[in-house]
Amino acid sequence: MQELMKNRAIELLSAGEVDRVVGWKKGEFAYDCTPAIFTDANDLRDNFVYDDFTAPNLSKYLVAECKKGGKMAVFLKPCDTYSFNQLQKEHRIKRELIHVIGIECNGKADVDKIKARGVDGITGITSEGANFVVETIYGNETMPKYEVMAERCLTCKSKKHMVYDELIGETGDVNPDCGRFDMVAKLEAMTPDERFAFWRGELSRCIRCNACRNVCPACTCEQCVFDNPNSGIQQKVAVTSFEENMFHIIRAYHVAGRCTDCGECSRVCPQSIPLHLLNRKFIKDMNELYGEYQAGEDTTSRAPLTNYNMDDCEPSIVHERGGKA
Amino acid sequence: MQKIGVFVCWCGSNIAATVDVKRVAEALSHENGVVYSTDYQYMCSEAGQNMIKDAIKTYGLTGVVVCSCSPRMHENTFRKACSLAGINPYMVEIANIREQCSWIHKDMVQATAKAIILGKAAIAKVHLNAPLTAGTSPVKKRALVIGGGIAGIQTALDIADAGFEVDIVEKKPTIGGKMSQIDKTFPTLDCAACILTPKMVDVAQNELINIYSYSEVAAVKGFVGNFTVTIKKKARYVKEDVCTGCGVCTEKCPQKKVPNEFNLGMDNRRAIYIPFAQAVPKVATIDPDYCTMLKTGKCGVCSKVCTAKAIDYTQQDELIEREYGAIVVATGFNPIDLKDYDEYAYSQSPDVVTSLEFERITNAAGPTAGKLLRPSDGKHPHTIVFVQCVGSRDTSGCGKPYCSKICCMYTAKHAMLTREKYPDTEVYVFYIDVRTPGKSFDEFYRRAVEEYGVHYIKGMVGKVAPEGDKLMVQASDLIANEQLNIAADMVVLAAAIEPDKSARPLATMLTASMDTNDFFTEAHPKLRPVESPTAGVFLSGACQGPKDIPETVSQASAAASKVIGLLVKDHLTCNPCVAESNELMCNGCSSCEKVCPYGAITYIDKEFRMPDRTTLVRRVASVNPAVCQGCGACTVACPSGAMDLKGFSNKQIMAEVDAICK
Repeated sequence: MQELMKNRAIELLSAGEVDRVVGWKKGEFAYDCTPAIFTDANDLRDNFVYDDFTAPNLSKYLVAECKKGGKMAVFLKPCDTYSFNQLQKEHRIKRELIHVIGIECNGKADVDKIKARGVDGITGITSEGANFVVETIYGNETMPKYEVMAERCLTCKSKKHMVYDELIGETGDVNPDCGRFDMVAKLEAMTPDERFAFWRGELSRCIRCNACRNVCPACTCEQCVFDNPNSGIQQKVAVTSFEENMFHIIRAYHVAGRCTDCGECSRVCPQSIPLHLLNRKFIKDMNELYGEYQAGEDTTSRAPLTNYNMDDCEPSIVHERGGKA
Repeated sequence: MQKIGVFVCWCGSNIAATVDVKRVAEALSHENGVVYSTDYQYMCSEAGQNMIKDAIKTYGLTGVVVCSCSPRMHENTFRKACSLAGINPYMVEIANIREQCSWIHKDMVQATAKAIILGKAAIAKVHLNAPLTAGTSPVKKRALVIGGGIAGIQTALDIADAGFEVDIVEKKPTIGGKMSQIDKTFPTLDCAACILTPKMVDVAQNELINIYSYSEVAAVKGFVGNFTVTIKKKARYVKEDVCTGCGVCTEKCPQKKVPNEFNLGMDNRRAIYIPFAQAVPKVATIDPDYCTMLKTGKCGVCSKVCTAKAIDYTQQDELIEREYGAIVVATGFNPIDLKDYDEYAYSQSPDVVTSLEFERITNAAGPTAGKLLRPSDGKHPHTIVFVQCVGSRDTSGCGKPYCSKICCMYTAKHAMLTREKYPDTEVYVFYIDVRTPGKSFDEFYRRAVEEYGVHYIKGMVGKVAPEGDKLMVQASDLIANEQLNIAADMVVLAAAIEPDKSARPLATMLTASMDTNDFFTEAHPKLRPVESPTAGVFLSGACQGPKDIPETVSQASAAASKVIGLLVKDHLTCNPCVAESNELMCNGCSSCEKVCPYGAITYIDKEFRMPDRTTLVRRVASVNPAVCQGCGACTVACPSGAMDLKGFSNKQIMAEVDAICK
């Protein structure tokens, strides 16, 4: 897979069909692959990487790349194509500049889960059927995928690419029974006090590094409200610990209806806060109140929160649901 | 730094009885920026306004806070006064300490504390106010009347009489509405058709009036003076301008078993029909639910017999877009569905009828050619029981809580006419109260009792049970305190009336408000009864509340005069509190454009100079201030806060919130 992708990227770059390739390269460790912009075939040959650790969603990097002009190729996993469509819908990227190479994805490994098993000195990873084989300086460790796969991949909503110009590997199907709202349903079943305690427990760990915001493909504002002195909520450092909660709740509101549930926020959180649950709560509510809607499924539909239909529920529905919403 | 004057109004005792106004004025005088603070009995009076003007001059005020009634009452008054004294009218803020404070609180200490907080919030806002200048927008000199009943007809005629173009949109194939189904009108007993149809003809002949019959309003855009309305003209499969209304097709059509809605399903019509003889426009319509040709492609009789060649089976629904300066809602009423009142056996016996069905039975053009005959066996009934308030004044939840207003009078009319034509018929009327306010109304009712010997019995009917060819009516006589059992031949139910079902979706399109019963709300229940709170939308007839014909006609004319008052103006002053996009922050994401109900937002590609002397073309939102109505939907939709509303900026609102929460 990696070789197929690398060769295709070199081919596109050498033929002059694109000026840049948006892909991944190894970080300091084998498991912290980072997004990279390649302009040179040799650089690609030496540093391009694609394996079970290359989780980052590359869509957002196209916002900055499009501003530079020129043509580019990008590798998108199925879940990333939703973000791509959403960015196109919001006029944040220029479709005509971008050659989308859809790539097959069977779920990424969560290095924290691997490390939690006591595995150390990781140097690489490969897939073997239902298992990951983790290469370490002490030898290979084999472990079942379902035990160390990232949470967002275990509840993968779709293996189908929403958009691509060419495909490497196969495109799969949408999986409506992925169970991604199960945890939200559990939270909904809690009493308000229990729920408050749960979120305080999670959010109070926040160190306000802004990684979730910076990685989020829905957070592409010219200037974020949290950086804007005129917004009234400008905030670099929290004055009280409760302000962290407000940061995440405001952010969830700002991406409501636009979040494609790509799960990058939770992936990058150094404190392992399950931020995606906030977004999933919004998605679940919208599905229930306004009918099924998946942001990024296409580039033309109108999101439920910026649309009005005669059969939209009345705002009082929240009370009718017993104030649970 | 603003120099702010605070003026606390007593509103007689409306405010002063619950709020310590002196204490409010004193407390607010210590607020940052306040250089003058006072109270007065009636701030809106000439003397009160002069106090404000004098203070502006004496203290060099740059901002004014008036603690008084709702801004809907007197914001304009105070803005004008300040403008005359030389400060921008948008430097005035109202703290509503009447509707939102004194009227809803009983405790003076609490109410005073709240009034002070509301005043502080207004002061905090004024600090951030900026002078605004209003522009103007042109007025499209044409009116739209939605609904072609007597209300719509009268409104259209009056507007046209003043020289303005009017379009009527009527969902049925003909105008005329409910009045065309009524036989006689109280209290003078003249024939409804005889007084209605000349007006219908006037409408048809008036060059300034254009009727879109068999049509519905599909979409409304724009604002007062500049509405753009999409009208859906449903396919009637007959060329309206070719059909002569000769009626041959309606006699030859082989599909004879179509329930005739004009006679409320009590007889049949053909699949191609003209609702009644005096229909306007007098044009046939094919009912696609019953026409064999449209359903199976086989038949075509009407097309063969039509000498004018008016039949067109290929006709499609048509969307017409028209511009209007004003819109009048005249969507009328319907009797309620009686499915929840089965104790009266309406669904069990054809001889239990609604009052509107009774109108058709007694009408010469009705199913019995005007003879009072029972629907079941065509026999003449000798005992008739009228039941009033069926679903009206019903607090059980299954009917309507309000009084339908017209039933007492039409029931008296029915009872009287029955006794007049058929003196051998015993007529009973069961009532909760008989309500007959109105010119010559009580006299009318008394005639029914005293001259015509109608048995009026105070009490409700508990049950109607069909037994053989009789209807056994169990009822109580509250005055005699006894149980009655009457073997009746017919029972007539005065069903409550409710707004037409088309009204609610229409209200949504017009952003006009409705009450819980789906009647349109007036801008002010007493002082602006024919205007809706949405500028440029007016109310005519029963869509605003239950009304009889004389009341409907007077309201229709009143609505027309309001429309004329609007259409004679060449320009309207715009609201300067419009949205504005901060281009430096705008992402061009289109969220605001999607939520804008007025189509005021467009996107432009604009060149920006970047820090390193390069330029970048970015897509940014641009607001047309002449179209923007300042609703603020875009400011909420904008994820980055680039969209803001002049006069109601996020900062101003947050300052108010901070002042309240401090």
